[in-house]
Amino acid sequence: MTANPDEPDARPDARPGLGPGDPAGDGRVVLDAGDIARALTRISHEILERNKGAEDLLLLGLQTRGVPLARRIAAKIAEVEGTAVATGSLDVTMYRDDLRNHPTRAPHKTDVPGGVDGKTVVLVDDVLYSGRTIRAALDALSDLGRPAVVRLAVLVDRGHRELPIRADHVGKNLPTARTERVRLRLVETDGEDEVRIVEA
Amino acid sequence: MTRHLLSIDDVSVAEIRQLFETAAEMHDVQRREVKKLPALRGRTVINLFFEDSTRTRSSFEIAGKWLSADVINLSAKGSSTSKGESLRDTVLTVTAMGIDGLVIRHSASGAPEQVAGWVDIPVINAGDGMHEHPTQALLDAYTLTRRLGTLEGKHIAIVGDLTHSRVFRSNVKSLTKLGGRVTVVAPPTLMPSGVAHWSKEAGFGTSYDLDAVLPDVDAVMMLRVQKERMSGGFFPSPREYTVGYGLTRARLAALRPGTPILHPGPMNRGLEISPEAADAVDQSVILDQVSAGVAVRMAVLYHLLAGEEAAA
Repeated sequence: MTANPDEPDARPDARPGLGPGDPAGDGRVVLDAGDIARALTRISHEILERNKGAEDLLLLGLQTRGVPLARRIAAKIAEVEGTAVATGSLDVTMYRDDLRNHPTRAPHKTDVPGGVDGKTVVLVDDVLYSGRTIRAALDALSDLGRPAVVRLAVLVDRGHRELPIRADHVGKNLPTARTERVRLRLVETDGEDEVRIVEA
Repeated sequence: MTRHLLSIDDVSVAEIRQLFETAAEMHDVQRREVKKLPALRGRTVINLFFEDSTRTRSSFEIAGKWLSADVINLSAKGSSTSKGESLRDTVLTVTAMGIDGLVIRHSASGAPEQVAGWVDIPVINAGDGMHEHPTQALLDAYTLTRRLGTLEGKHIAIVGDLTHSRVFRSNVKSLTKLGGRVTVVAPPTLMPSGVAHWSKEAGFGTSYDLDAVLPDVDAVMMLRVQKERMSGGFFPSPREYTVGYGLTRARLAALRPGTPILHPGPMNRGLEISPEAADAVDQSVILDQVSAGVAVRMAVLYHLLAGEEAAA
């Protein structure tokens, strides 16, 4: 189950923290490639069940790592239902409430094929934390049109919400301390599939 | 990102590329039903125009508004400047109202740079005298990059009244910075003095013979001949200018097929550019320049006003 057999307590359900023999400070693996694949499969089925099929579904990945996750879920749904599901990407840089606290960076692509009007939009993100990104995403969405329903799917929910936001589909609930960081890597962006908890 | 945008010298190649990346996203916003991003909500930008302008001022105004900034236009006509107030007093007065950014156009070269020294908010040069017009050059380079894929190794001709052109001065810098090869073409009377030395230093070519240059270029940028120059002895008659340096129908045919044609506007149709060239389907990118202008200015306002440094 765990990708790091040297650390017996490094299991996904274990209370996070630095493993003992971890001088590099690279934390420990809490989800490996297999875990991620299984979680996404379950989310795909949940989405289908909830939506009663793939009709009018739009999977909108939040930049950057939500985008490949949305594509993977779409591929799984296509496998199960035999129909292609629309996927897109949403960048919320301009909608962040902490825009003024950082140097500006160029926004990523927002691409919503066919628009959001009347669709069941499933926002897909990697890690749900304060909820501020999702708040920004909801604002961005309302500038793009009026979806019939908006749902939220995340691979990891690490808690510590600062806004009244919750996910409809969660790959893994991961209790963390605020001092820790959840580091998610995906094949598409980082060359491997892995979720680690790292001491900040 | 730089604090002010007074000259193309203020932005590195990496920063230009970042601006273009941002502009590409802004371009998409232009096609949306709700053309609004909240990035500059609660920020106020003043367009201080001491010289007439329609497209640059409205372009900056739209750019600011689409980013949710409050934009106020002040022109010299009907302002306290016409009552004799100095530039410094005007600028200090408007900044004392608590604004967050200043876009300035002035007939005196160097005015925006001077203003930047008086205030502690970002200043954007929207054209100063015969010096620079950095956002115009950025939107030209952006338009060309989208059209040609890259400027690396591309040959671009800039044709017209170079002596009095700030568009030319900014464009030479940005196009060469991005790897383009620039040849400037003008009658001897409208070639800036000292160009021989300058072109060697800045790495661009010069020519008096438009017909020799045109068949070899990947893009051609025509500059406006200002009406007030026509009686200034720079050329004998408008007709003679057109014969020597206008993008006529015959010269349009001499261009390689699909070569983009740029003009910063406003155009003198029939003088520096023929209607056939100005409206050439798939070649004239003049209206693309206008729409890119909004996107590029949104990118500039965003990077100068939205982030951490601006809040400090």
